[in-house]
Amino acid sequence: MITLLHEQRESQWPDDCADGDALWLDAAAIEQATGWAWKPEGLCHGDVCVPLPPAHKSELVRNGRLNIAAMWRRTGQPVVHDAASRHWVLGTGAAQRGAAMATLQAPDFALPDLDGREHRLSQYRGRKVFLATWASW
Amino acid sequence: MWQSLFDELKDHHFTVLAVALDHADAARPWIEAAKPAYPCLIDREHHLADLYNLVNVPQAMWIDEQGRVVRPPETAGSTDGFRAMDRKTFTVPDAVIAERNQVKTQYIGAVRDWVLRGASSANALDEAQAAAKLKEPDDKVAEAHARFRLGQHLLRVGQADEARAQIAEATQLHPDSWAMWRQAADKDARGLASGPAFWARVDALGSKPYYPRPDIA
Repeated sequence: MITLLHEQRESQWPDDCADGDALWLDAAAIEQATGWAWKPEGLCHGDVCVPLPPAHKSELVRNGRLNIAAMWRRTGQPVVHDAASRHWVLGTGAAQRGAAMATLQAPDFALPDLDGREHRLSQYRGRKVFLATWASW
Repeated sequence: MWQSLFDELKDHHFTVLAVALDHADAARPWIEAAKPAYPCLIDREHHLADLYNLVNVPQAMWIDEQGRVVRPPETAGSTDGFRAMDRKTFTVPDAVIAERNQVKTQYIGAVRDWVLRGASSANALDEAQAAAKLKEPDDKVAEAHARFRLGQHLLRVGQADEARAQIAEATQLHPDSWAMWRQAADKDARGLASGPAFWARVDALGSKPYYPRPDIA
């Protein structure tokens, strides 16, 4: 079983999806794992589409599946995995993170309290929020 | 930590959201002892640090009713006073304690003023001011967050050696992050990463602050 982490998503995929540095997923799997849509025009998120480079299409697409790890790297975003290629993180790139921050809209998140109850930042819309971090360490 | 602020202002369309960049088992005793009335969330994999480009705690953000960041991440009332501690007796000069209390009081006063007066508060930044204070990540920081996340995940599934290697690489890629380093560092009996390695890292800062002072009016 392959575990794929992206932002706050965690999804599981069959072993044969991963091969070294490659991760082969179909369009439905990509959408579920990352929120990005694989369309004829490329890999899309909202209004933004990153086209698949025609010269490399044969390396990136195989049997209806896209090497999402290779495509992710092409968008300048980090891809890391363990030695056995069983646990993967598709990170968010600096440019993408910076662009989101520059809108000044506070990025939403969902985190549990000690009882396991999930809280979303967006559920506090309409109130001022003092969002403060701490740690035991 | 923010209980009196919350009690005073909770009827003014305001809340505190406290997020522990920490494991639940380590955070639990602190939360259970303090019993805060505001939500205390657990962020084991430091998502918030990735989303908001945080490097330490306590850092805080002020977010208005529309979800706009009116103060980007900054030190929430702490000072570098601990660096003046006598490392044998664990004592801090009175003047340093007085300054620490003054800074904390001033910061809480600034939060209160914003809650009561909104955009007309001197410390509520307009869009241009807030944008100017943003610190955006670079490629190394982005990769560090991916590796830290993988490391925390590998710890959870029992691949401790690989986890440590990923987290070590993350801290090398992002040396400014105290959160990554201290989360992974050896802890003392109190759960603090405050041994010789911590002090060596603090001393290596030289004249740079551990807690950069926010620009509070």
